[in-house]
Amino acid sequence: MIAAPEPSRPVAEPLGETTLLLRFGTRLDAAVNARVHHAAALLRVAALRGLSDIVPAYASLALHYDPGAWSRPSGAAWRQFADAVGAVLEAPAVAQPAPARTVTVPVCYGGAHGPDIDIVARHCGLSVQAVADRHAAGAYTVAMLGFAPGFPYLLGLDPALAVPRRSDPRLRVAAGSVAIGGVQTGIYPTGLPGGWHLIGRTPLRLFEVDGDPPCPLAAGDQVRFRPITAREFEAGADR
Amino acid sequence: MTITVLKPGLLTTIQDLGRHGHMAIGVGRAGPMDATSHRLANALVGNDPSAASLEASLLGPRLRFDADACIALTGAPFPARLDGVSLPMWRAHPVAAGQVLDMGAARRGARACLAVAGGFATHAVLGSRATDIHAHLGPFGGRPLATGDELPIAAMRRRNAASWSLDPRPWFDPDPERPIRLIPGTHSDHLDAASRSALFNTGFRITADSNRTGFRLDGPRLALSAPLETVSEPVTFGTLQLPPGGQPIVLMAEHPTTGGYPRIGQVAAVDLPRLAQRPPGARVCFQSIGHDEAEARYLEYQRTLALLIDRIARRLAG
Repeated sequence: MIAAPEPSRPVAEPLGETTLLLRFGTRLDAAVNARVHHAAALLRVAALRGLSDIVPAYASLALHYDPGAWSRPSGAAWRQFADAVGAVLEAPAVAQPAPARTVTVPVCYGGAHGPDIDIVARHCGLSVQAVADRHAAGAYTVAMLGFAPGFPYLLGLDPALAVPRRSDPRLRVAAGSVAIGGVQTGIYPTGLPGGWHLIGRTPLRLFEVDGDPPCPLAAGDQVRFRPITAREFEAGADR
Repeated sequence: MTITVLKPGLLTTIQDLGRHGHMAIGVGRAGPMDATSHRLANALVGNDPSAASLEASLLGPRLRFDADACIALTGAPFPARLDGVSLPMWRAHPVAAGQVLDMGAARRGARACLAVAGGFATHAVLGSRATDIHAHLGPFGGRPLATGDELPIAAMRRRNAASWSLDPRPWFDPDPERPIRLIPGTHSDHLDAASRSALFNTGFRITADSNRTGFRLDGPRLALSAPLETVSEPVTFGTLQLPPGGQPIVLMAEHPTTGGYPRIGQVAAVDLPRLAQRPPGARVCFQSIGHDEAEARYLEYQRTLALLIDRIARRLAG
């Protein structure tokens, strides 16, 4: 007899009176992150009462909720809520969650759009072209969005491209800059201060308040980068 | 109907109950630092608690009303004057077109809330009128108010002033010696013994570079007993983080959605309005509270506040 796989049971921990944190692990790990996104998808469908925000992170998921909706004469509200969350996560799946979307992000590597690509190349002992090629060859997952509206933290960077953050963070990084910080890569959606190394830039708009949706990327999406020329960048940015 | 900003004050922003439902894309809630004052000011002028109000900090604005209005001020005591006549707080007042409100500087505490009947009717951004300064979201592109801004007011629902006022106690309490209750955080056990003791037995001071995003606390340097590898995790209003320098930061209303520093505590939600009323330089002493007790007190506080708001609404209707 083959045992059914254990349901992925996260540790539930209150983060204050109005937030429940579900922890699936403690490290940067693609498999753990995939469990976070799976749980987020199940909870979005379940629409538990009083639940207003579901925030996926690398290895944890925050649920911002109104404890007043789960208050009982006996027993803490957060335990009632945590039990309901546990029931959603452990219920037999009625439908497979939709497969992850793949979003292609055009990037103009190097030059004025990627002013730190030389530093990355030197640090990694690679040519500038090899940095661009290896970065564009990767298959990435949006582990989470955070730091600023629409900033995607991507898992899947080629370890050969890992480079420590800059010792002198920039006060303003151009919107669309594609950057490497440690073992992660990400994209600055708007003009922001930043300490990651800039290797390229996309004309894609990653955060528009009036957009529907405001962000083309969602946590859990797959991302591929497509190299474009400076001319294509200018044409895309003029849109 | 508009109100014109003649002088903006130190940091005056439009706030509602915050931007909900967009945290997954990194958009925080923002909203009022002292949500209780916001809700009670709205109640006094007959608004829903979700209506947008003005949050003034330390030095309030000077405003000219371009139409008749009904206003209420709550929160920290400000020596507000309407055309030079002293304006008591915690009650509704009629204002005539052309009158000028000068809020002056806070006598104690840090923040006051000005509600106007109908509410501030700026364009909602992602479903909210809250000003998020760092993300540049909300009214006026997410910036604090500036001289010459014209603030639209929604049609007024009532204009007659009440002859009664609210008792600010217990809703406003600036006593700097009263402890702020703190729930132990995920990484509290990783503090070294001296730091664990110092967190609760030594006071801190809110530094001058504190803002709506967070209060930096000056005091004993806190340290972990061993380096801790943490990945970015969600954070919320009241999360006490410990950056490598050892100076803890309490995240406030405009907190980011995630953070990578160890979390050494969580301010009890009932005490957030009190903490929000402490200006830079004020003392903060922490007192430990268990999560279940903090939750029970928060639910009781919310029930009492909801009953009061309901009573105000019935009194305005009757």
